[in-house]
Amino acid sequence: MFRKFLPAVILLGVASMAFAARAAPLELKSVKIDLPDSDRMFPDGPGSDAINNNCLACHSAGMVLNQPALSKQAWAAEVAKMINAYKAPVAAEDVGPIVDYLAGLKGAK
Amino acid sequence: MAEIAALHHLITRRRLLGAAGVGALALANPIWAETAIDLPLPGGPGARPITTGFPQKGPMILQRTRPPLLETPFEVFDKGVFTPNDQFYVRWHWAVIPTDIDIGKFSLTVRGHVNQTLSLSLNDILQGLPSVQLSAVNQCSGNSRGLFQPRVPGGQWANGAMGNALWTGVRLKDVLDKAGVKPGAVQVRLKGLDEPVVPDAPHFMKSLDIDHARDGEVMIAYAMNGEQLPVVNGFPLRLVVPGWYATYWVKMLSDIEVLNEPDTNYWTKTAYTIPDTPHASIKPGQTDVKMVPINRMVPRSFVTNIASGDKVNAAAPTTLRGIAFGGDSGVASVDVSIDEGKSWRPTTLGKDEGKYGFRQWQTQFTPPSPGKYSLLSRCTNSNGVAQPDTPNWNPAGFMRNVVESVDIVAA
Repeated sequence: MFRKFLPAVILLGVASMAFAARAAPLELKSVKIDLPDSDRMFPDGPGSDAINNNCLACHSAGMVLNQPALSKQAWAAEVAKMINAYKAPVAAEDVGPIVDYLAGLKGAK
Repeated sequence: MAEIAALHHLITRRRLLGAAGVGALALANPIWAETAIDLPLPGGPGARPITTGFPQKGPMILQRTRPPLLETPFEVFDKGVFTPNDQFYVRWHWAVIPTDIDIGKFSLTVRGHVNQTLSLSLNDILQGLPSVQLSAVNQCSGNSRGLFQPRVPGGQWANGAMGNALWTGVRLKDVLDKAGVKPGAVQVRLKGLDEPVVPDAPHFMKSLDIDHARDGEVMIAYAMNGEQLPVVNGFPLRLVVPGWYATYWVKMLSDIEVLNEPDTNYWTKTAYTIPDTPHASIKPGQTDVKMVPINRMVPRSFVTNIASGDKVNAAAPTTLRGIAFGGDSGVASVDVSIDEGKSWRPTTLGKDEGKYGFRQWQTQFTPPSPGKYSLLSRCTNSNGVAQPDTPNWNPAGFMRNVVESVDIVAA
């Protein structure tokens, strides 16, 4: 069985080496794709409108829903980072409800 | 306020348009595929869908749909040292990602502290400069972040935010030489075509020191594993920075700016920084620490043919196989232990495909008696650096490289 395969393997080896030696430079091809989106929303609850309206423009909800439980302080720091570092246009009156929502949904126990 | 309201309107409109397009697409090509996976993240949640909804990609662990964060299912790493393009992990910072790339119109700009500003076509790059090849591991700074304890915010990856490919391209040095770097240049800043949704948010850019950029190893890749890059992996050009974390491997590279003073942009100076301590490790809550940009990778190794929870035969030999990489140097050795690290035995290394790539390793072990075992693997790189036996911790969840454990039962 093994012996039968051997010549084929050698031939393949030679063929691929020859190919590599005279391989033309790769020819790139234009590409057009569609990226999937997500229509997932945050679960209903106090503050869910605030988080749905402010946070889903830049990233889908799964990013947040996959996070571990964090302290309210850590959630406040995350929301502040989104606003200060990443310029998320969150209305001032929505910041508190968003932090409370996150601490309620994913607060450290 | 009116400006913000207008922006909200724009963003909402963009989202709705995007969602409408996907609605139609979803019927033919569901984002939510048939299966899910439960990643072993301490405290959870570990459930993630396996998606086949991304163009040019096979089954991937869906960490985030937009902008895409897709993790490589771990069993892929058992198949060989080169990670297939269609299962190579994906990570984007900003959601505005070009999806229609015309190779005739694409250009790479080289500007700044140079003698001559260049606008290079893909033809200029593929035909006009010497081609080089290198295998190298691309690993997210936060690979394995989901395993940190205490847990930290960020992309909640298990161990699959890494991959190894054979990269083909041109040297960054050759491109810089073509433009002619002026005396006094200190850094080279690299930018891709992706853009933030919010216009005044910081465009993703990373900088390398000029000597690093000109070391002859840093390259601009136009192929991975012999084929053009998938769009979500950075088509048509991606920077390859061998031995360094993937944050520097700028995707859809379109702009190279030579700087005569250190880069102060957010992504280089503030984001992606680590404590300047051994293993970038601090105590949770510790703040009085100097932070430096993340840089060279450190060694890691993984068992790939046996997973935690598997059962093996007691008193019979079992094959143990895996991958390792040295980080910023080659793999010198991989040792394994089945007795909590009291004793280690060497493994046999597979073919060396280049010092920056994955290296396979293999051995056999026979559990001395029935019971529970932890299989530990430890890589030592060719600089003599070995994986530590205690996990590091930092608030960003960067640079995990502790000896990993696969917990099995011999019966």
